[in-house]
This record gives sequence, C-alpha cells and structure tokens, in this order.
Amino acid sequence: MKSVFEITKGMTPVDTSYCPGCSHGIAHRLIMEVLDERGELGNTIGVVPIGCSINAHHFMNVDMCESTHGRAPAIASGIRRVHPDKVVFTYQGDGDLASIGAGEILHAAHRGEKFTTFFINNAIYGMTGGQMAPTTLIGQRATTCVDGRTVEQAGLPLKMCEILAAVPCAVYVERVMLNNPANVRKAKKAVQTALDIQKAGLGFTFVEFLSACPTNWGLAPADALKWVETEMASYYPIGNFRKPEGY
Amino acid sequence: MSKVLMKGNEAFAEAAIRAGCKCYFGYPITPQNEIPEYMSHELPKAGGAFLQAESELAAVNMAFGAAASGGRVFISTSSPGLALMQEGLGFICSAECPVVVLNVSRGGPGVGGIQPGQADYIQVTRGGYNGDAKIPVLAPAGIQECVDLIYEAFDIADKYRNPVLIFADGMMGQMMEPVELPPARGITPPEKINETKPWAITGTAQHPGRNVVYSLRLEPDVLEKHVEHLFEKYDAAAKELVRYKSMNLDEAEIVFVAFGTMSRLCAEAIELLDAQGIKAGLIRPISLWPYPDAAFDEIGPKCKVVISTELNMGQMLTDVKAAVAGRWPVGLINRTGGIVPSSLEIVERAKKLLEGVK
Ligand SMILES: Cc1ncc(C[n+]2csc(CCOP(=O)(O)OP(=O)(O)O)c2C)c(N)n1
Ligand code: SF4
Ligand SMILES: [Mg+2]
Repeated sequence: MKSVFEITKGMTPVDTSYCPGCSHGIAHRLIMEVLDERGELGNTIGVVPIGCSINAHHFMNVDMCESTHGRAPAIASGIRRVHPDKVVFTYQGDGDLASIGAGEILHAAHRGEKFTTFFINNAIYGMTGGQMAPTTLIGQRATTCVDGRTVEQAGLPLKMCEILAAVPCAVYVERVMLNNPANVRKAKKAVQTALDIQKAGLGFTFVEFLSACPTNWGLAPADALKWVETEMASYYPIGNFRKPEGY
Repeated sequence: MSKVLMKGNEAFAEAAIRAGCKCYFGYPITPQNEIPEYMSHELPKAGGAFLQAESELAAVNMAFGAAASGGRVFISTSSPGLALMQEGLGFICSAECPVVVLNVSRGGPGVGGIQPGQADYIQVTRGGYNGDAKIPVLAPAGIQECVDLIYEAFDIADKYRNPVLIFADGMMGQMMEPVELPPARGITPPEKINETKPWAITGTAQHPGRNVVYSLRLEPDVLEKHVEHLFEKYDAAAKELVRYKSMNLDEAEIVFVAFGTMSRLCAEAIELLDAQGIKAGLIRPISLWPYPDAAFDEIGPKCKVVISTELNMGQMLTDVKAAVAGRWPVGLINRTGGIVPSSLEIVERAKKLLEGVK
C-alpha cells in the first residue's frame, strides 16, 4: 500500500509538552517539515529560547542548543562564524525576542546575519504564567495588568516585523498566522522562502507567527484561534514586509 | 625562536591566534581595545572570524554559540564588561563549553577609571554568575607569561569543557616587552570538529545520534547530579591547576603575597628591604582559583608577618587568611582607584607592619 501521509522525520517521536491548542507545535512542525523536504535535517543547527519552547530541542530532530534569555541571535551569530555552510535558525517567543532580547535581534538583523529567526508572537509571557509582554494588546488582560494593558501604563505594543523591515540588511521579513489550515499552508511557504534566502546567503531572514496561548489567555483552543484572527491580526497585519527580488 | 617587542594587548591577541582560535568576539572597552583592533585584521588572515559584538552580553553569548558548535573561542574585556558577561559565563559552565576569557582589568566600582586595578579579584574568583560553578583563573605577572597562559588556556578549557579566565591588569595590556611567541597550531576545520569534540552541535550528518547543548534541568535530582558532575571536574581542576612562584620563603621575616603587576613591585621591594638588612620573601599566586594554599606551607620559621599586597581594598585577604590558617599575623598593603604604589612605598609600609607585630 502506498502511504498518503507520513509524519516528518524532522520531529522526534515523542509527545510535545505544550498545552492543548498551543501554536508552538504547529510552528515546530512547519519548520521541521521544510528542513526535511529540503534534505537539510542533518545539516541544521537550531537555537531554542527561554520560554515554553525551551523544550523544542526534545521535539525538533536536529542538533540544537539552549540560549540565555533573549540572546539566541547572538548565539546563532557565533554558530554561523564556525559553520558558514550550515542551516542556522533561532526560535524565539515574544518576551524573549521583543523584550529582553530586543537588542540582540536588532543587531543580528543590522549585521545581516545569514540565519533565520522564527518568532512566536503569542502576546504574552507563556512560560512564566501570563505576564504582560511588549506585544500584549491594548485591553488584553495579563497577570501584571489584570484590568487590561493601557497605553498610559505600558505604551503601544511593539510591531517587530515593521521595526525589522526598517533595518537595511533584514532581507526577508514576513508575518503569518497559525489560525486555520489555509493560513498554516501560507505560513509554510514563508518558512520555505526564508530558508531558501538563507541558503542563498542574501542576509537576515525573519518569520513572525501570530500564535495562540489558550492557557494564559483564558480561552478555549477554538476561541483562542478566533482571537488570533480578530484581535491580533487587526493590530499585527499579516503579509510580507520585505523580500529580495525574485522571491 | 627570537623575541619581538610587542604591546601587551597585541601580544595577547596574537597568542590566541597561534593557539588555534577560530572566533573572537568583543565590545570596545579601555584598556583592552588593541585586542579587538588587532583581531579585526589578523584573525581573518589566519582563517578565523572576528565579530564586533553590540555589547558584552552579546559577546559572551556569541562565544557560547561558537563554542557549543565546536569552535575555539577567545573573548576579552575589562572589568565592567566582565560584570555584564557573568550570566553567560555561568550558563557556559552549566552547558559545559570551552571558552577562553581575558580580563584586562581597571579600577571600579561602576565605570570606575581606566587605570590598572585588581579590584576584580572577587569578581573573577567568586564569579557573579548564579549557581554552583567555578572558573579557573590564571593571573600572569608579565606579557610573556600572559602569552603563554592564553596559549595553554585553550587546552585547559577544552580539557575541562569550561571557561578559563586570564586576569591581567591594564598595566600589562599597555606596556611593551620583548616576547617569544608560541608556534601557530592552526584552526580545526568544521568537518573535523567532532573528532575531538563529539558533543559539539555541528549538524547530525556529521556525528552519530543528535547533539543538544543545554542547561535547563527541571528535575531537582537530575540537576543535583549534574552539579555533582561539574564538581568532579572542579575537584580535579583544584588539584591539577594550582600554580605559584615563591621567593626567599625559608629566610623571610616578611612574606608578601601578590599577583600580577603588584608581584613585580614586591620583588623590587624585597631587594630594597634586603639592602636595609630586612629579609623579605614573596608568594606569587598564578592560579587565583584554585588558590595555592600549599605555597604557605613553605614559609620558614623566621616569618613575623604575611602581607597581602593588592591594587584594591584587600579582596584577596580572605584567601590569604584561609591559607595562613592562624599561623602568622596577616597585614595588608594596598592602593586602589588605579594608583600603583612605588616599591619605596611598599618598603615603608611593610616596615611599619613588621614593627607593629614585633
Ligand atoms: C534572565 C532571565 N529572566 C527571566 C527569566 C524568566 N522567564 C522564563 S520564560 C520567560 C518568558 C518567556 O515568554 P515568551 O518569550 O513570550 O515565550 P512563551 O513562553 O510565551 O512562548 C521569562 C521571563 C529567565 N529564565 N531568565
Ligand atoms: S502556556 Fe501558552 S505558550 Fe506555553 S505551552 Fe501553554 S499554550 Fe503554549
Ligand atoms: Mg510569548
């Protein structure tokens, strides 16, 4: 019998530790599927962040290292200097990337580092139990803004794609959302493009995934996916912000 | 091999290149700026990679990435920069990666001043990183010794899979001395890394199984086992890495304890005291961790006072007192803020301390 579907070799055969309805698992799988399809699993080095996805190295079937909080882009820059021919990526949450690691991501982009950053924006600090992130929406409740985030208290949420698109050597910047099968397929395309551009050595590549954290949003998984579409995507428009000619 | 006259910082950078350093990461800070400057043009010629980091936080993490993926890594900084690197250094200890760190130290606290200091003694010997970790610290007294220690530190770091710190002071970085450079060892190409570092993350096509370099251990018993494993290495290092030099200990009434630049001044003071008929000796710790307690057992019966001599407020006193273990009175001669005392000042203060205990 011919098999019509196989789980990618890019994922290890263990259950993930993520909550039901969490988007981390989908993002992991997309990245690993593309690396598998490109024949790059044996040739890839990944960096996981501090955040719920610190566990990603149990699930992603490639060589990996952990990171100090926010510094994955610096770590990947170091790896890139030793291994100019490998596929290198960082996988980072919004607290990790947009708050404590805002400097490192900006400067990796600034230098045009030839690796890809996958940015999981779930508008919250997931791992530490739901505190406000720089990406938390106005009015969104978090444990450090129980009545909802206000502009007076914390300013307006940071739009990382828009910021990075203003950095000259960030050559590919795209925001996708993981709310339904059609958008998941589009997200996979973005992962493919980012990794192809990395392989071509054109510069820094960045894919933001609007993602659900049902647990800390206090929503059922299906409602959380709706919230990604209605609330998150209206503040964080999906689409391409920068790409090299021919891609 | 013939000697060449070199500025300390440039000689230190050249020593790292010759040791087979693949990557250097650094952020500008006086008094070590000649190191990143030299590396920026010389390391690429040797086949290595120079990268100016956006901060010391980034530099230490770049070093972690390069080391975790199997490259020989060198980073340098000065005191406040080292403070910023501490979280990363603890992480690197936990993740067991080899990195060579050079601290060309200056005065503190805070941004302090740019003149030579030894006020990082506690920072380098006790860390500043969280958790149970240790970093071997080697303190040279001159450019040649610093060159030799940097060269060797790469092997020590590889052996223990741990950072190794070289503690020099601004005086050494800025002065010129004739130096004999060690032979160049060449850089290990990426495809050969796993032959000596089977654990390095190089891509699974290059080694059996899958490599993960990590620190997080949520189960207490697993973390305890890991820390015990680290301490087996540290216990071995504590035996194998003890280094010191001593002078006139069997005859001495006064025993100076001094490292780095201060030890050179003490050697001068010993000659001046001798001319006045006072016998003095010196213990010069080269390894600050592990501390050379054994050196103090060589002190002879004529000793009246042991004097810790430092460019700080007496940060080494705790270690000196522990090594003395109540056998002799302990005194302190120190200057701080970037001021280096003359050998005459040391002589006068040593005589007063000797009077006080007689
Ligand atoms: C230096 C440091 N500060 C704080 C923490 C605590 N911490 C762990 S995970 C985390 C937030 C992660 O949130 P995010 O990056 O959004 O990832 P998520 O869990 O939401 O995927 C924080 C603050 C830490 N581990 N290290
Ligand atoms: S807390 Fe949120 S981000 Fe973390 S695993 Fe659960 S759903 Fe995912
Ligand atoms: Mg988050």
